[in-house]
Amino acid sequence: MNLGVNPMSFTSSSASWKSGDGVSDQFPAGLRVLVVDDDPTCLRILEKMLRSCLYEVTKCSRAEVALKLLRDNKDGYDIVISDVHMPDMDGFKLLEHVGLEMDLPVIMMSADDSKNVVMKGVTHGACDYLIKPVRMEALKNIWQHVVRKKKHEWKEKDFEQSGSVEEGERQQKPSEDVDYSSSANEGNWKSSKKRKDEEDEAEERDDSSTLKKPRVVWSVELHQQFVTAVNQLGIDKAVPKKILELMNVPGLTRENVASHLQKYRLYLRRLSGQHQNGLGNSFMGPSDATFGPMTALNGLDLQALASSGQLPPQSLATIQAAALGRATNKSAISVPMVDQRNIFSFESPKIRFVDGQQQHNNSTKQVNLLHGIPTNMDSKQLAALHQSAQPFSNMNRHVHSQSSQSNSLLTQMVQPQSRTQLLNEVGGSHVLNIPSSVGQPVLSQAIPSAVLGRNGIDNVHGPTYASVSQPSTVVDFSRSRRADLPGNSFSLVGNSGIPTLASKGMLQEDFNSEIKGNRGFVPSYDVFNELNQNRTEDWGLQSVGSNFEAPQHSNLQGRLDVAPSVLVQHGFSSDRHIGIPSVNKAAFSAADGVVNTTNLSQPLTSSLPDNALRIKAERLPDMGFQNSLFPDQFGQDDLMSALLKQQQEGIVPAETDFGFDGYHLDNLPV
Amino acid sequence: MEVDQLQRSFVEYSRLLFHEGFLDGQFSQLQLLQDESNPDFVLEVVSLFFEDSERLLNDLTIALDQQNVEFKKIDAHVHQLKGSSSSIGAQRVKNVCIAFRNLCDEQNAEGCLRCLQQVKQEYLLVKTKLEALLRERHDKRVVHDLNCGFIFQLEQQIVAAGGAIPMLNEFC
Repeated sequence: MNLGVNPMSFTSSSASWKSGDGVSDQFPAGLRVLVVDDDPTCLRILEKMLRSCLYEVTKCSRAEVALKLLRDNKDGYDIVISDVHMPDMDGFKLLEHVGLEMDLPVIMMSADDSKNVVMKGVTHGACDYLIKPVRMEALKNIWQHVVRKKKHEWKEKDFEQSGSVEEGERQQKPSEDVDYSSSANEGNWKSSKKRKDEEDEAEERDDSSTLKKPRVVWSVELHQQFVTAVNQLGIDKAVPKKILELMNVPGLTRENVASHLQKYRLYLRRLSGQHQNGLGNSFMGPSDATFGPMTALNGLDLQALASSGQLPPQSLATIQAAALGRATNKSAISVPMVDQRNIFSFESPKIRFVDGQQQHNNSTKQVNLLHGIPTNMDSKQLAALHQSAQPFSNMNRHVHSQSSQSNSLLTQMVQPQSRTQLLNEVGGSHVLNIPSSVGQPVLSQAIPSAVLGRNGIDNVHGPTYASVSQPSTVVDFSRSRRADLPGNSFSLVGNSGIPTLASKGMLQEDFNSEIKGNRGFVPSYDVFNELNQNRTEDWGLQSVGSNFEAPQHSNLQGRLDVAPSVLVQHGFSSDRHIGIPSVNKAAFSAADGVVNTTNLSQPLTSSLPDNALRIKAERLPDMGFQNSLFPDQFGQDDLMSALLKQQQEGIVPAETDFGFDGYHLDNLPV
Repeated sequence: MEVDQLQRSFVEYSRLLFHEGFLDGQFSQLQLLQDESNPDFVLEVVSLFFEDSERLLNDLTIALDQQNVEFKKIDAHVHQLKGSSSSIGAQRVKNVCIAFRNLCDEQNAEGCLRCLQQVKQEYLLVKTKLEALLRERHDKRVVHDLNCGFIFQLEQQIVAAGGAIPMLNEFC
């Protein structure tokens, strides 16, 4: 090949090509390639070949050096070609780094043509895989990867941006957009495939593109990974590609991540909106955390309502089932779990909260996830919570189109019945002392939130919860929490200024949300369990939830009813927190082995601890933030003290009631 | 004339190597890559190959000499040798490497030792032939350069003598 042509003549064209138009139709001369290979022979040959293609080549023989080069020149390269087997760093690791940090297309190459290695390249996100010896023809076409990637990114950006426009509008949009972009991507893939050289990679590509089709269910674990990735990258810098790389989940596509990210962002937005209610942000903390709790709230609400007997189990179950059904697809599970937890935790306080919730419910049809928050909160708090819940529910709705739909359904369904019922029950249950009205809203709210949660409205849950300041009553906390984070509210049950309680609330929420997340606390355990089970696959928590739910349901129902009993058992004056501590503890111990469920749960219900433990255990690991919350904040002793404090302050750790009251139910007549 | 002869023998010799399977299509690719701006490309790459291979063969010998043979390590070395030999078109070396890797998978130390001997043998063969080939090329170039240099000197002399340089066909 003759390089007689003056490369300079190409520079200008390449410069424009590099400038980021991305979709330039010019022949990509001047494409800036970085080649990494520890084999000097190959490296030299590749360099020569690439130069012959009129590309700008930089070669290095060590991955570390390559990374440094890339980092120092963030925009200095268009594509990276890397060998798989390198002494200082595995080629796939380099691939991940590049994908995460620089988001450049990476081509892997190796003399190894075994299928599993090639597959590994695909799953790690390599845009191509070349078998050595590499021929010129293979290198000639690498520019297509750069163009394709840029096209994808633009699409994603558009999608995400449009997604974040209106929360309310988003309900429907996200799924549609996702589909659209997916199909668009598919189209891109296919067309680009044709352009590809006939190497084996083309086949790999086909597989990967078809892999994109199935919808991903965002399990708690998956979501946790997602959140971790996002936090690592920073929410501003988190682009789907990088998140995908970080998560390193086989079969997960960028589209999946993109749509999930969208929802997550909405959720966060909602959470931040909740803060104004004066809710403490402590719980909000990591968005993940909020996410979880939110769901819990939803779940809890439902369950609380259910347990309170306000909502007939069947209806609750139906609601939840509906919610679940809808929520199934997306990460709903984790969210619902949180909600549920919240519900539970709030259950005792719920009574009080119910008032507030009612207000909410009455005023807003939105899913006020926080409604299920313990009624400890006085009306003020409830109101606050309500407010927060509202946004929350809004958020929730927005976040998940599905969930929102179902939520609204639920809300409507729930509200009419649950409200009155719950309230009545609540009143009756003595534990909560919350006017029946309060209870109902809670439930209705819970349901929606549950639904939302289910749909994976992580964002919603988390933030709202956190935002709940901890007014004296748990209810407050839960309320606000609810609004924001179904899950969060629980942990904060201790709201009356008891940090631990609050944190506990959080924990509870988490727990609840976990539990709830699984199923959204359908009053009918059967339903939930089934639902839970379905979700299990999707959400790690689900399974937990299902386990938990059963008890929870019972708890919920029992809670509402039981709450008093639970409390009674524990000698809770406010009833609530006894339940909570035990519950929490159970949760904690389950999850972290920190909390000794036995301590608290014993009086409450023996069964509960088990379930709680189970759930907690599962939940905590899944809900990363929760875990952190729990261990950090709630040592058993802390819980106990917090609970006791709550008692004194009249704060009812609804969480415990909810989450763990399931056991109580067994003991108590529902 | 000399150049032509050299060219001919070079081509023939290459053909022979291809025919005997010492070199494959990849080597042709390398030859195609060589051009005016990189006149010594093939030589450069082949030299790199020699250096790298000798290092690898050394490491392999040491590794197989151990009490506890680390097959993973050996596999890594062989893999690399396979990669570089295939990149340069040293076909027979590459084939032996493939067999070598299988023996590593089987954790067959004896077989590996035998294979190592075989690889060394093939390597030496291809090295000799490549060197000969390159020498021919080199010689051809030398002759070419010499000729050019000679012509240049002649021209200088002519000019110095005040004469005009007759237009000659391009030699170079």
